[in-house]
Amino acid sequence: MRKCALANKNALLAAMAKTAKLYVPVDGADEKSRDVNSRLAGAYYAEWKDGTQLSKKLNTTRSPKDFFFPQTENMMTFKMTGKKLEIFDTRREHEDFILFGVRACDVRSFTVLDNVFLSDPVDSYYANRRAHGIIVSMACNKPAGTCFCRTFGIDAADPEGDVICWEDDAYIYLTAKTEKGEGLLNAVADVTEDCADDAADAVKATVNERLDKLPLADLKSDAFGGGKTDTFFNDPAWNELSEACLGCGTCTFVCPTCQCYDIKDFNTGREVIRFRCWDSCMYSDFTMMAHGTNRPNHMQRFRQRFMHKLVYYPENNGGLFSCVGCGRCLSRCPISMNIVKVMKKLGGNENAE
Amino acid sequence: MQTVTRDLLLQKACELLDAGTVNRVYGWQKGQFDYDVTPAVFSSREELEKDFVYNDFCGANFSKYLIKETAGEGKILVFLKPCDTYSFNQLLTEHRFDREKVYAVGIPCDGMADIRLIEEEVGEGVTGVETDGDKLIVHTLYDGDVKLNRADYLAERCRVCKSKKHVAYDELLGEDGDVVDSARFDEVAKLEAMTPDERFAFWQNELSRCIRCNACRDVCPACTCEKCVFGNPKSGVENKAVSDSFEEKMFHIIRAFHVAGRCTDCGECSRVCPQHIPLHLLNRKFIKDIDAFYGEYQAGAEVGSRAPLVDYTEGDMEPGEAVASVDERGGKDA
Repeated sequence: MRKCALANKNALLAAMAKTAKLYVPVDGADEKSRDVNSRLAGAYYAEWKDGTQLSKKLNTTRSPKDFFFPQTENMMTFKMTGKKLEIFDTRREHEDFILFGVRACDVRSFTVLDNVFLSDPVDSYYANRRAHGIIVSMACNKPAGTCFCRTFGIDAADPEGDVICWEDDAYIYLTAKTEKGEGLLNAVADVTEDCADDAADAVKATVNERLDKLPLADLKSDAFGGGKTDTFFNDPAWNELSEACLGCGTCTFVCPTCQCYDIKDFNTGREVIRFRCWDSCMYSDFTMMAHGTNRPNHMQRFRQRFMHKLVYYPENNGGLFSCVGCGRCLSRCPISMNIVKVMKKLGGNENAE
Repeated sequence: MQTVTRDLLLQKACELLDAGTVNRVYGWQKGQFDYDVTPAVFSSREELEKDFVYNDFCGANFSKYLIKETAGEGKILVFLKPCDTYSFNQLLTEHRFDREKVYAVGIPCDGMADIRLIEEEVGEGVTGVETDGDKLIVHTLYDGDVKLNRADYLAERCRVCKSKKHVAYDELLGEDGDVVDSARFDEVAKLEAMTPDERFAFWQNELSRCIRCNACRDVCPACTCEKCVFGNPKSGVENKAVSDSFEEKMFHIIRAFHVAGRCTDCGECSRVCPQHIPLHLLNRKFIKDIDAFYGEYQAGAEVGSRAPLVDYTEGDMEPGEAVASVDERGGKDA
């Protein structure tokens, strides 16, 4: 394990930024800014520059999935000249980049996305970005009231990633978990020093104590998982749960694991751009087909989102849930309906209130 | 602190259910942290006693839900805060729901708190918020209980509340208030005072955060098209994508035009925006201009009123005069 005094954090980030483009969570605006809205909008990832202040917020409003699966992406362009049709491949080889300060929940979300985009047939757009991304994760010293990552077996005290970091009052501790991670730690060796492998244990212990005391610490996922379609699909509670849902895409778009997209053609007048963009199962035209939509009412669309995360996805992915307990939907849903409320309502005796 | 209590509302709801006046109640369902209240339909005294809540986080405007709820059998009780009653009337003006199927109980409102302002102050470890007179007691994971001045953490729309008066109800709980001479156009005036470049930069910055989730549209009581043009694959303009940075401005500006003259300034668009974009300022600009050009007009103040934009009178301002007056106020390109 390596460590770096917090006073030298800027130098550490500078050393990382020398090896590849470095992205860090920052606040929308500094405290002096008159733009209170940017500040209240929460943190987001931005490219690090010398002196960039990192956000003290627990997490970003939008998840870092954007780096691998952007909201909009051009896939190819077509051009017609007379009777000649040309197709242009718009893919470019990406350069390496580093995501710094990714939380344990969000690191797990990459695994959830990998299962979809990197299984056969491999999505080359996603794979290209993923291959070039280096994940530097950070343990959560102060998990929020809306956090429930443990429900899905995620450890905020000991995240996954290429390089794992912990911070106490004096130092940031770093350890590499992959070859990519080792490469990065070697590159920043000048600004870090060796330390005992158990140097971060005190931080881990504190985080674990805090995780024990979270309001949602008792939420269990045991009732859900593959093979439970019949148990939950026809539950009358879906009507009540979906009653006030606006059918907007907020939960989907702030969710680190939602991975649905639509593919469309845009005619610029000179060429046709085929692009894909995030889609939401909450939208009435989601998976619209020639015969119409297969989920004509809102309850069905609402149910799909939660069944997918809690039943269908685990069924197809060895039991892995496609919720990581980041809590973004809890804090952003316009009507405060969310997966925790759904799990408590449907989850059998264990989650009964 | 709210002058009406949960118990008073609960008692009224049970009374109306027992008397058979209504068969359902549109109310607020308690969540897990006080601040995460969900709009819900209650059908029995048991359900109400278990989950009904009324506190400083009951900001959701129920008027739009009546479109769906009045399609059902029987009458539904709805609790309306003063600002909600304007949307209620506007929807009636547009014949969007059946008035006979609603029993509206007006309730006074002392402003609703904004959890994001609270979290910005005390951090993200909030586990609950209680109101104690003019203080908010915020329960936190890492700093114990934090006491805040309630007035400083009210939602923006409540700090510049336009009316404490109910413009529609079957029954009123508590005292009715008055239309308030509020400072709600001050922010608009600041934008008007900017140069076009500054103003463009302001909106560029704000709208650049849009993730096109459509929450503003979906919550808006003035947006009640059964199929929105932006959600209709056959419309030719349906678009889920941010294909360029101009896209979002078009969406929000077109929406503001569409609701101009009908928007009551309820502020739901800004309340629900996950990116905290001050969308209400677009609508308020329209309201301010309509007031200036055609005389004061408040959408929803009465059922059946003709909005100036759809009502011709001989004394109407000529478009040229309107443009000239905007130029005078700094709107002209430098």
